[in-house]
Parts: sequence; structure tokens; C-alpha cells
Amino acid sequence: MARIAGVNIPSNKRVLISLRYIYGIGPTKARDICTTLNIGDDKRVNHLSDDEIGKIRELIDKDFRVEGDLRREVAMNIKRLVDLGCYRGLRHRKGLPVRGQRTHTNARTRKGKAVAIAGKKKVTK
Amino acid sequence: MTRSVWKGPFVDGYMLAKAETSRASGRNEIIKIWSRRSTILPQFVGLTFGVYNGRKFLPVQVNENMVGHKFGEFSPTRSFTGHSADKKAKRG
Repeated sequence: MARIAGVNIPSNKRVLISLRYIYGIGPTKARDICTTLNIGDDKRVNHLSDDEIGKIRELIDKDFRVEGDLRREVAMNIKRLVDLGCYRGLRHRKGLPVRGQRTHTNARTRKGKAVAIAGKKKVTK
Repeated sequence: MTRSVWKGPFVDGYMLAKAETSRASGRNEIIKIWSRRSTILPQFVGLTFGVYNGRKFLPVQVNENMVGHKFGEFSPTRSFTGHSADKKAKRG
């Protein structure tokens, strides 16, 4: 078990994979970290030395915005749009798709689970 | 696809002239515009525009946060208020 970037405890998986448990680090950044620190693809987190873990921690602190900071930044960006009262802000406020997708059907990720319409007649035949 | 930087922001030509004359006149009156596609430039900050939404001119007071957005973004063209059955289901 290793603690990197605060609360994240990636398990006994390969370093390349377990780094992605950190919010803000995906396949590309995980690969970047491993290549700059010369960590092999097959190396697992529990085989890392303390020194290497320290280096990973340092690199992430220095170069990337992760976890709380990143979440805050995203939230601030959305808040800016909402406060501005522009179209994208309105869409965020209503919880509808922001980038012009159709809402006649689909859009379930933004709208949440479908709710049955009360009093709608069922088609019987 | 983002617009090329070398082109600069898109603004309909007459917008600048309109903003200029309104600023020169001193009175802070609403400038009626139809050009929803124009980018809001730093020169427009502080002025009030009436942006046409197809029916009427909605007043938009430009502040520095709006720079870079388009005028149309601040003047919604649709007025959907919700379905009648939604009333009790939604939070309001």
C-alpha cells in the first residue's frame, strides 16, 4: 500500500495501472510518469522502493493538478458559467447536455434515470 | 475546431462603430443589436446591449468575465418552462 497525492492508495497492481486511481491521472499521464522515472511496465506498486514512491509523489506535486485541486478547478469553471448567465451556464443549472446534444431521447447521463410520466395513458390493443 | 488565432475574434464590423458612438455620447442607453454571432470584445465592457432573440431585445450588461463569449449566449431563444406533470416531480 502506498499513499500518493493524498488519499489515494493504489493496490498491488502494476504502477501504470494503479496511478490511474488518482483523479486527474489517466493513461497518458501515467505513462509519462513511468517513462520519466524509468519504471518498467511490469513493475508492481508493492515492489517500489520508498525512494521511487517519493519521486512519484514529487513529480505529481510539481507537474500535475490532481484530486482536490483539480476537482475545485472544474467546479469553479462550471460556477463561472452559471454565474455569468450564459447559455452553457443555463444548461448546467438545468442539468441538461451543454454541448448541443439532442434531448428528445437519450441524454440520460445528464438527466438521470428516466421518470415515468404520471397520468399518461398506456397504449393498449 | 477552434478558430485560428491569426484571424482574430469574429465581430461584425458595425459593432465597433456602434459601441464607439454610444460611448462618445456618454448616455448609457441600450444598443440594439441583431448580431448574436459577434464575439464580446474588451472594448464593449461596461456597455449595455439589447441582444435580439428573435422576439425582443434582451438587455445584456457586459462585464469583463463575458469577454470572449458571443452575444447570443446571453439571450436565450427558447422559453421552455417545463411540462405540466413535472411540477410536483421537480424541485422547482
